[in-house]
Amino acid sequence: MSAGTACRPLPPAPFPAPPKAPADVTGPAAPPRAARALSRALVSHGSAWWEGLYSRYARRYAQLVSMPTAPATAKEHALADAVASEATLRRFLQGLPGVDAVGLEARAAALGTRSIKTTAKAYAIDLAISMIDLTTLEGADTPGKVRALGAKAVNPDPTDRSTPRTAAVCVYPDMVATAKAAVAGTDVKVASVATAFPAGRAALDVKLGDVREAVAAGADEIDMVIDRGAFLAGHHMKVYEEIRAVKEASGSARLKVIFETGELSTYDNIRRASWIGMLAGADFIKTSTGKVGVNATPANTLLMLEAVRDFRAATGVQVGVKPAGGIRTSKDAIKFLVLVNETVGEDWLDNHWFRFGASSLLNDLLMQRQKLATGRYSGPDYVTVD
Amino acid sequence: MSERTERLSVFKTYKLYVGGKFPRSESGRVYEVTDGKNGDWLANAPLSSRKDGRDAVVAARKAFGGWSGATAYNRGQVLYRVAEMLEGRREQFVREVADAEGIGRSKAAAVVDAAIDRWVWYAGWTDKIAQVAGGANPVAGPFFNLSTPEPTGVVTVLAPQESSFLGLVSVIAPVIASGNTVVVIASERAPLPALSLGEVLATSDLPGGVVNILSGKAAEIAPSLAAHQDVNGIDLTGTAADLGLAKQLEIAAADNLKRVRRPRAAEDFTADPGTDRLTYFLETKTVWHPTGSLGASGSSY
Amino acid sequence: MASVFEYAPAPESRAVVDIAPNYGLFIDGEFVDAADGKVFKTVSPATEEVLSEVAQAGEADVERAVRAARKAFEKWSALPGAERGKYLFRIARIIQERSRELAVLETLDNGKPIKETRDADLPLVAAHFFYYAGWADKLDHAGFGPGPKALGVAGQVIPWNFPLLMLAWKIAPALATGNTVVLKPAETTPLSALFFADICRQAGLPKGVVNILPGYGDAGAALVAHPDVDKVAFTGSTAVGKEIARTVAGTDKKLTLELGGKGANIVFDDAPVDQAVEGIVTGIFFNQGQVCCAGSRLLVQESVHDELLHSLKRRLSTLRLGDPLDKNTDIGAINSAEQLARITALAETGEAEGAERWTAPCELPSSGYWFAPTLFTGVTQAHTVARDEIFGPVLSVLTFRTPDEAVAKANNTQYGLSAGIWTEKGSRILAVANKLRAGVVWANTFNKFDPTSPFGGYKESGFGREGGRHGLEAYLDV
Repeated sequence: MSAGTACRPLPPAPFPAPPKAPADVTGPAAPPRAARALSRALVSHGSAWWEGLYSRYARRYAQLVSMPTAPATAKEHALADAVASEATLRRFLQGLPGVDAVGLEARAAALGTRSIKTTAKAYAIDLAISMIDLTTLEGADTPGKVRALGAKAVNPDPTDRSTPRTAAVCVYPDMVATAKAAVAGTDVKVASVATAFPAGRAALDVKLGDVREAVAAGADEIDMVIDRGAFLAGHHMKVYEEIRAVKEASGSARLKVIFETGELSTYDNIRRASWIGMLAGADFIKTSTGKVGVNATPANTLLMLEAVRDFRAATGVQVGVKPAGGIRTSKDAIKFLVLVNETVGEDWLDNHWFRFGASSLLNDLLMQRQKLATGRYSGPDYVTVD
Repeated sequence: MSERTERLSVFKTYKLYVGGKFPRSESGRVYEVTDGKNGDWLANAPLSSRKDGRDAVVAARKAFGGWSGATAYNRGQVLYRVAEMLEGRREQFVREVADAEGIGRSKAAAVVDAAIDRWVWYAGWTDKIAQVAGGANPVAGPFFNLSTPEPTGVVTVLAPQESSFLGLVSVIAPVIASGNTVVVIASERAPLPALSLGEVLATSDLPGGVVNILSGKAAEIAPSLAAHQDVNGIDLTGTAADLGLAKQLEIAAADNLKRVRRPRAAEDFTADPGTDRLTYFLETKTVWHPTGSLGASGSSY
Repeated sequence: MASVFEYAPAPESRAVVDIAPNYGLFIDGEFVDAADGKVFKTVSPATEEVLSEVAQAGEADVERAVRAARKAFEKWSALPGAERGKYLFRIARIIQERSRELAVLETLDNGKPIKETRDADLPLVAAHFFYYAGWADKLDHAGFGPGPKALGVAGQVIPWNFPLLMLAWKIAPALATGNTVVLKPAETTPLSALFFADICRQAGLPKGVVNILPGYGDAGAALVAHPDVDKVAFTGSTAVGKEIARTVAGTDKKLTLELGGKGANIVFDDAPVDQAVEGIVTGIFFNQGQVCCAGSRLLVQESVHDELLHSLKRRLSTLRLGDPLDKNTDIGAINSAEQLARITALAETGEAEGAERWTAPCELPSSGYWFAPTLFTGVTQAHTVARDEIFGPVLSVLTFRTPDEAVAKANNTQYGLSAGIWTEKGSRILAVANKLRAGVVWANTFNKFDPTSPFGGYKESGFGREGGRHGLEAYLDV
């Protein structure tokens, strides 16, 4: 008998755009696998196929638009009208489908009961390691601490060189240069928080200066925080414009937009913030700073995965997702990967599109990895303390 | 001295009460109704046909939406208005009940008074039964769960044979109090108080079709009503003396799974009626609504 | 095509359950052979493997069982409510202790996924006994007047779709109110009821209070017709329900019927779409759609039809069909060859009548009874698949334009068991719920159950309620 296999892998989300060079769409350094998936989708689905599936938001705002070949932000893609003014943006956000909290949490919990064993577990652990933005964001960070972090990212398990590297290290702007040196010669990226992280309470000039400094120091990725005060006060356009400005200041660095979901409080707000971020050109949307009471949860991450799925269906632009804060165990990380697998599918099962913002998670993954390799349970003395 | 001629009284033509109107039987038939004591002729009553039954169901169905959708307060006001109208025609009903049941005036007066009071009893119930029969259910999850009683729909009622008026009121009032509409087959032997009640209902703000009153032979009319696919319930009280008919009707009622209230031996309609008849033709609807927490992410604010 | 992240098999262990090669009838506290010695085989619908051989009750066995129940009634009904309650609490606790064993057993005998038996059936079974245990000594306060009396012997006939849960819905309130029970489980799923008999033994339940008669329809018919049965409770098809109603006509037997349905799941244009999709999936694919309250008719507002259908198909493509014992299986086996044939025939009728069929691209196992999740679009009220209960993983999709039309279509059926409403507008939920002629309405959720929540239908979906305070009435002389 067949052992409970999925009926079929998720079909790639529909693309409204005519075929275009995958590299242009997926941003710099798209991994070959994602690029393959993309071109496959573009070839196999004609415009008639996606037309019927087109979301109503796209329909509502798409009249003027013929798709450019390489949409970078909302200004160029199908939802351009949504950000024409504060009023249109508000209408657009209010037109997004509501979120029923109980149903969302139930779905996230149900996916949390998936049983990931043996080969699937081994795959998931390595994938999770490769998706970590290994993070230190302390007032007490020193060059020594950051160098240790960089070494860990490049070589997570000194006892097993087949262990994948983490995706990136994530530090404050003043530590970017140190981090850059620590991971030099590898594909480990350096991500820098910026924009007066974590509160984001500073003048725009200050925030942009923060970003430019990090980029100048060599940051590959910028993790910005949105102005939650502006969002909660209803100044969505201000939030949007600020992300646009940061995106511009980031240059070729990929931009992760942190919503601080714990402060936005409601799922409807998280969905709306996700769309503001994506409309403004976010390369990633990210849950949290890790500095407030409620950080990444399966439910808010599931909701953001739905947002990037729908955004790609509407615009053709793929955006990554990064849950951050509070993910400490392999079991938790695997639950998040199941969310990815069953919500957006394999196109996002890659560290170009999904990340974990975490620090202690890595050691737990390494211990689990050792257990799978040796059959023995490992202990904290057999992984490095950094 | 000239001879005084006694004034010749004006007889009433008794008619059915269907859809708020007073038709004769479409069959054109009548039957002789006699005094309960001496067997003297009282009147000719319509001998309803199956088609009269069918017309009554159509009227009851048409009235159901409005009556079941009326506020409970409004239904209570209407039922109370019936009591008021009846009080005003008390003398007439005392006479009719005395004749119909062959009982003395004072006994008949007690019966009519009890019937009036019964309307008052059920008038007060309309806006209380939902609180007694329904309520919130404490389910183990983030849901608000509420059960509410709702009327079953169109109910055929076979009124008691003996208690031609108090019994009749006792079986109709609880069924309509909760929002059902009714087709009632009056006591075959003593239908006149029932037919007169139609005149009271017609002047009591009760929407036409909520109560439809037929006279005739239950054995003739009831089987097609029991089998009628647009009737939702049947009260067999009037078959207490004919259990063969009761069984036949219950079998027919299974065709669309009507709610069946079986006849009970020797019902005392002067006793406290309780809520049994009020709750019999009620459905319980349970609605689930998610609640969840105020904030996302498992927050507990 | 294999996914990048392919889940390895994660089978629940069969070792937790020990199925004997033979089972008897459970009468008067003993396992006994059928009077005529007949037996029948029960198979695993996922593999067609024979699980056990079970004694098949006949008329003589019904006679014996009713006599045992009658004999036990006098003492059982005279027990102080608190003592009856404690037996039920014991049963609830033993069910909790043995829940993994029972979940695996139920999955083997029924074909439904272990995920469901483990996370839905068994927790609800234990909760139901726990709930009614607490009522046993509080009946004076249940709103039925002082000292409400038990009816006597309850004859109960239950279906195969939730074998143990339906047993709990029947037995728990019956015992709490002081009745004794003769219960006939369905012929395709007798095992969990027989394990329940063993739980009664462990709980020390007096002999004859619960009697279990595995068997076919003839045994059920004999049971409901037995003159010494005071109460009949049946869950199953509307056709059989009507037959039972005719059988008990003219008797004093109190009757409750829990029958078929054709639930409308109504999705408005302002629905929380992602949760609505989950609700639609839960509504019709939970337990392979073999659920009387399934949301088997999807009524979707025409303006969002295409969008919703796209999301739904995308979601259905992620359902995992296969080994019911695998912890990651979403869709298990159809309960029997007979049921599979019925589903197949109705689906073919749908196609023949011109509805457009879409089937999730699942690979079906080569043995056992399987049906891939299927939906029909372009369905109208005139299609057979919009009217007949299919009792399988087949969803009929219809459209509407206005709330009025949605309600009119939802109510346009001989059934009236369940309905769903999906909208973010609170007042619309209340207005539509108010107009729906259905016993259970789920607003922005679906297929939720709880022992405190009355369950049962309008119209030809039956009468009487199971669950909650309302569920007591069916077993009391009130």
